[in-house]
Amino acid sequence: MTDPIPQTPILQTQALTKAFGALVAVSNVSLDFAEGRVHAIIGPNGAGKTTLINLLSGDLLPTQGTIAYRGEDITHLPSNAVSQMGIGRSYQKTNIFPDFTCLQNCWLGAQSRLNTSMKFLRPARTYRRVMERAERAIEQCGLTHRRDTRAAAMSYGEQRQLEIGMMLATEPGLLLLDEPLAGMGPDESGQVIDLIKRLSQHHTVILIEHDMDAVFAVADLLTVMVNGEVLETGTPDQIRASQAVQDAYLGTEDGGHHG
Amino acid sequence: MTMSRPTMALLLAVLAGLFTFPFYGGEFYVEMMAEMMILGIFAMSLDLLIGFTGLISFGHAAFFGFAGYMLAIVTPESEPIAIWWALPVCLAAVAVAALVIGWFSVRTSGIYFIMITLAFAQMMYYYFNENQDLGGSDGKFISWDPMVAIGDWQLLDLSDLTTLYYVCFGSLIFVYLLLTVMLNAPFGQVIRGIRANENRTRALGFATFRYKLVSFVIAGTLAGFAGFLEAVRTDFANPAYLGWHESGLVMMFVILGGMGTLYGPALGALILGLLKSEMQDYIERVNLVMGFFVIAVVLFLPHGVAGLVERLGRPKATDDGEAAP
Ligand SMILES: Nc1ncnc2c1ncn2[C@@H]1O[C@H](COP(=O)(O)OP(=O)(O)O)[C@@H](O)[C@H]1O
Ligand SMILES: [Mg+2]
Repeated sequence: MTDPIPQTPILQTQALTKAFGALVAVSNVSLDFAEGRVHAIIGPNGAGKTTLINLLSGDLLPTQGTIAYRGEDITHLPSNAVSQMGIGRSYQKTNIFPDFTCLQNCWLGAQSRLNTSMKFLRPARTYRRVMERAERAIEQCGLTHRRDTRAAAMSYGEQRQLEIGMMLATEPGLLLLDEPLAGMGPDESGQVIDLIKRLSQHHTVILIEHDMDAVFAVADLLTVMVNGEVLETGTPDQIRASQAVQDAYLGTEDGGHHG
Repeated sequence: MTMSRPTMALLLAVLAGLFTFPFYGGEFYVEMMAEMMILGIFAMSLDLLIGFTGLISFGHAAFFGFAGYMLAIVTPESEPIAIWWALPVCLAAVAVAALVIGWFSVRTSGIYFIMITLAFAQMMYYYFNENQDLGGSDGKFISWDPMVAIGDWQLLDLSDLTTLYYVCFGSLIFVYLLLTVMLNAPFGQVIRGIRANENRTRALGFATFRYKLVSFVIAGTLAGFAGFLEAVRTDFANPAYLGWHESGLVMMFVILGGMGTLYGPALGALILGLLKSEMQDYIERVNLVMGFFVIAVVLFLPHGVAGLVERLGRPKATDDGEAAP
C-alpha cells in the first residue's frame, strides 16, 4: 500500500533452509521484514510457510542460514528466548491448554514477563500487573465473556481467538500469525481481521493466511512461497499483477479459490 | 486446585481422626499410623512430579531411602546428633543427589524418563546394598534418635512414640500446605503448564528445563524428608527403601489416590498402606491381591480415591474447570 522499500528490517533471514530428511521444507529463504508493517506470506499447502514460522520462533532449528532480530543473531535461540526478545507467535494448529480456563491460558503468557517465575510463596493471582496483562489480552482477542470458561469447552473459533490472546499476553512487538483465520466463521474472521488491523498500528506483523481477501485487506507487503522457496515479494498490487504468481499459485487448484 | 465442601469436610474428619488417634489407638496401631502418614508425605512429594509437572519418576524411592542412610552416617555411635544439624545436612545431601539425577533425567521425557530415573535409583540401591561399611543388605542401625533441644532444654523426645506420631502428623500438614502454597504461586502455574503442554509453555517464554529440574529437586527433597522421618521411626537405614518396589508402591499411592490433588495420594497412602499391612497378616499373596485392587481402581475410579470423593461430594458436577489461578 505504502512505500515498499523497507527501512532497517526488524527481522532478517539469510539463506534460511530447513530439511526434513530428503524433503527441503524451507529452501534458501532470504527475507527482510520491515518494522511496523504487515508482511503476509502466502502460498499453497505444503509450501513451507508454517515451517518458516517455526524457524523464526525457535520452535525448530534451521539446517542452514541465519535469522537476525534487530541486528542480533537469534538463529540458534530456543523458543523461550525468542519469546523473551519480544517475538510472539500463534499456531495454525490450535495449541492451547485445554484444561485451563481462558484466563489461565492468557495468565501463563502474561506471567512469562515477570523477571522470573521461580516464585514460590505469593499466590499468583495477587500479581496485579500480570492479571492486568492477562485481562487485556482476553479483551483484545474478544473473549471477555469467556474469561472463566475452560478452553476445551469453547467453540473452535473461540479457541482460535484464545490462541491469539495467549500470544498477546506476552506483549510481543513482533507477531508471527500462522493462519489465524483458519476454521473461523465469517463473524469471528471479521473480528480477527479488525484485531489484526488494530494491532498493526503498534506492532510488526508477519501473517500467514489462506484467505486472500483478508490478506489483500491488511497486508502492506506480500511474499509468495512455493515448494519451500520464495517466488516473489511485492505490494499487493504487484503480486496481483505478477504473471509468475498467477501461474504458480493464484491460478493453480491449490490456491485458486481466490485467484 | 478447587476442593468441594464435602471433600474438605471429609479431609477435616480424617485429620480429626488422626489427631485423636493416639488417645484411643493401641501402640501397635499408633506406630503403624505414623508410618502411613510418612508414606503420605512421600506420596505427595511424588504427586508434585507426576500429577503437577507431568514427570513420571520410577525412582523416587532413591531419595526416601538415601535420607535414611544420611541420618545413619551423620549420627555418631556414642551420642545423639542435634536435629538442627542432622535434618539440614540430610536434606541438603538429598537435594544435591536430586539435582544431579534430575540434571540428566529431566531432559528426557516419556518412557525414557521412567527408565532413567529407575536406573539411577537402582544404582543407588546397589551401592548401599553392597556397601559393607553401611551394613550391606542388612541395612544400618541408627543408634540414637536426633535430639530436638535448645541448649539443655529438650523440646521433643523423638524416641517417644506419641511425640513421634504428632511430629509425623504435623509434618504431613506442613508438607501439604507448603506444596499448596507453591502450586498456587507463579512457579506452580508454570509446572502445570509444562504438564499440559511443554512446548507451548516454552514458546510462551519459559525455560521449561529449569522449572522441571527445580520441581524434581523439591520433590526429591520432600521425599528425603519423609525418609528422614521413617529412619527416625524405625531407627534403621534400609537398602530396600531405595529399591524399585518402594518406588512402585508410592507411585501406586499417587495413581490410586488420584494424581494432581495432593490430598488424594496422601489418602491413597493411608488407605492402601493400612490395607496392605492388615492383609499381610492373613494373606500370603498380598501383592497379588493388591494387583487386582489396582486394576479395579484403574478401571472403575479413573481419578482415584480423590475422584471418588469429589464425585460423591458433588453428584451433579458441572465442572467448568478451575477458578482463577
Ligand atoms: N516436522 C516435520 N517433519 C517432516 N516433514 C514436515 C514436518 N513439518 C512439515 N513437514 C513437511 O514440510 C512441508 C512444508 O510444510 P508446512 O511448513 O506445514 O507447509 P505450509 O504451512 O505452507 O502448508 C510439507 O511437505 C510437510 O509435509
Ligand atoms: Mg501451515
